[in-house]
Amino acid sequence: MKKIIDKIGYKFNLSEIQYQRDNLTFFTIDKESVVQMLTYLRDYEGFSHFVLMTAVDWIEDGLFQLTYILNNPKEKVDIGIRTVILREKAEMTTAHHLWNQVATYQRELKEMFGIHFPGSPRINEPFLLEGWDDIPPMRRDFDTKKYSEETYFPRPGRKTHDPAEYMKQKLYPNE
Amino acid sequence: MKETTNNNKFLHEENKPRKVLAPDGSIIEIDPIRDYFCEDRPQVSKPGNKVVERFLNWARAESIWVLGFGTGCGSIEIPPLMTPRFDAFRFGVQTRPTPRQSNAFIISGYLSVKTLKRVIRSYEQMQNPKYVLALGSCTINGGMYWDSYNTINRLDHYMPVDVYIAGCMPRPEALLAGFMKLKELIKQGKAENANKYIENLDWYKANQKKIIKDWNMPDYNW
Amino acid sequence: MNKMHWLDPGYDRANYPEKRSDGSFVVDKASQKFVKIWQGPNHPGVTGNMSIELTVSGDEIIEAKTHVGYLHRGFEKLFERRKYIQVFPTCIRMCVAEPDYNEYNLAAGVEELGGIEIPEAASWLRTLVLEMARLQSLLRVVPGQGGTTGLGIGVQWGVYLRDLILDRFEELTGGRVYHMFIIPGGVRGLLPSGFRKRMKENLADIDEFIGNIDKVMFNNAVFKKRTVGVGIIDPSWVDSYGIVGPNARAAGFKRDVRKDYPYLKYKELDFDPQTATESDIYTRSRIRWHDLIMTVDLIRQILDKIPDQGDIRAKTPNVLHWKLPKGETYVRSESSRGEYGFYMVSDGSAYPRRINLRGPSYTHAVSLLEKMLIGANIADVASIMVSLQTCPPEIER
Repeated sequence: MKKIIDKIGYKFNLSEIQYQRDNLTFFTIDKESVVQMLTYLRDYEGFSHFVLMTAVDWIEDGLFQLTYILNNPKEKVDIGIRTVILREKAEMTTAHHLWNQVATYQRELKEMFGIHFPGSPRINEPFLLEGWDDIPPMRRDFDTKKYSEETYFPRPGRKTHDPAEYMKQKLYPNE
Repeated sequence: MKETTNNNKFLHEENKPRKVLAPDGSIIEIDPIRDYFCEDRPQVSKPGNKVVERFLNWARAESIWVLGFGTGCGSIEIPPLMTPRFDAFRFGVQTRPTPRQSNAFIISGYLSVKTLKRVIRSYEQMQNPKYVLALGSCTINGGMYWDSYNTINRLDHYMPVDVYIAGCMPRPEALLAGFMKLKELIKQGKAENANKYIENLDWYKANQKKIIKDWNMPDYNW
Repeated sequence: MNKMHWLDPGYDRANYPEKRSDGSFVVDKASQKFVKIWQGPNHPGVTGNMSIELTVSGDEIIEAKTHVGYLHRGFEKLFERRKYIQVFPTCIRMCVAEPDYNEYNLAAGVEELGGIEIPEAASWLRTLVLEMARLQSLLRVVPGQGGTTGLGIGVQWGVYLRDLILDRFEELTGGRVYHMFIIPGGVRGLLPSGFRKRMKENLADIDEFIGNIDKVMFNNAVFKKRTVGVGIIDPSWVDSYGIVGPNARAAGFKRDVRKDYPYLKYKELDFDPQTATESDIYTRSRIRWHDLIMTVDLIRQILDKIPDQGDIRAKTPNVLHWKLPKGETYVRSESSRGEYGFYMVSDGSAYPRRINLRGPSYTHAVSLLEKMLIGANIADVASIMVSLQTCPPEIER
């Protein structure tokens, strides 16, 4: 695993390398070289299986982190590629010409997070939600409990018992 | 009947009012949602003569045909109900593929907004008298997904319900007990919720239209 | 051929529909020669709620689009509001057919991020529960393929035997469908007394079923005529569409997570996944049938090796105030459909930052199905869908 990372490190500028297990490594690159890195890994290093592509919302830094995970079926290793884009005007180059399934992941990210991929097929069609006109729901500033209580009002008489609060009351009654 | 409100933002190409070429060569204007469907309001069907009605209720209770639409998690307990272990066929219960030939609707679990639209369409296409069994705790007060942005919490604001069966999942024996209770209700003449739906149609429709924002159906699906 | 209208004289129906250079068809909606049919969310069978919008000319399908979203509950948003121990009862309901793989993946991810090792007996019990989950899922799906062509007897036998396995689950864990047996740190209990004897009786019944289904379904002339040579997956599609599981094994690629990335106790067990080369519907059913035989054999091996006593839970901090250190990981396991993986990110607080599930149906049902249905008949759509073993709850979580 370390040999592959060193070989890639000669060509690209890697940072924050994390050896999670002996067959899984994560590293971070800047957003312009992502598609180039994916093409290089697919054609020259044998990472021919695309596992997943997802986004994580770091709202306190104002960033989205995109993660691509690729798998090499012969050597049986995984690589996780992280990149960071801004939250304000979230756009990213599309990679749908490399594998056919990437278009579906990009449709879901556009609907759930609001990240646009110009040029991806059927990017503006709704994928999971129907008749949705609020902000993209997976962003952290969307409050799902408040939306659910206003739109699908619960039955009156519901009480919640939080076990952490109950234990705190029992053990430290003075605080 | 009241005006259908076409929310043009969500309407598909096929449903928009437009001009098309007719088979005889002329150009006509169509509006698919208003033109192709019947616009009458449904009528309440009152129960008739007491003795005949008791006989008819006995017949309806002994042969309940269920629409085979598994709407949520709970549909994993429907195949065990129909196979030799917990045989429901001996009680007269079988599944039918179309709403025109079925009597009862089992709402098995949670309903997302997208499925609720299709469920309302199927429910209104069933013939009177019809019954609804609500399975699981998600229909009672939202269950495990009470704070989700896509599942409804209170089913009885959108459809009238006859029997609730609690559990997550309820066992097939609980489902059979629910069917027994439904049969009792039918034989006593208390399962008239199809008429309740027609009498309070405006209230149910207002609730439904509030959450289904892309209403591209007629107001009542005959 | 330029745009002639069908009412003009001289219109030749043999040139219809037109093909583009890459093989796809020209769909001219105004010509009124194409019919749009929705094979809707109401599937009385083994698949869940997923609808396909077919554009049909005569009996041949020209274009297909998959629509999902009928079962979307917003799981990944719900997880961000719950502590790690509260995520466990919720995450089971993500894939309804085989719930134990969700629990195992979440527990493996949490243990990897938190640095916890589980004891021996817990590892054996987890392997047993995962194999039993695969058995009850395959008992429903293998005869389900016959159900799409009209052979209903296999489904009645298979679901009855599946109920007997669910009885064993109820003895071991307390619930028929959702078990909540695998928790972070280990499992919840040991085998009850007499479990092995009752389980071996059930396995003997299942052996008889395996022989019967071979005679009734796989040697049936109608089933063979409808499934041999239909729904072929080209081997060049496997990497470009990301196909995993029995679908990839039927195309000649030997990929199995239990062999390639061994987890739990699979290194000490003796099994060999089968592959085949002609990848049509008949071969995929055969591969699943072989998987069923292999699972029964694995359960017999595991039952002989489980220790009767031992520690079943490792020491974990107080689960209500447990804060995992910052990090991210990807764990995988092999469900009966293929590679099933969780991607987890934690940021040092008591609530998870992001838990993302990658199910095998994400690519099988959306992009691969749209490609496979071009040129098929309407009557074959249900067979092709069931042969890919699509499960919509894991597409849309």
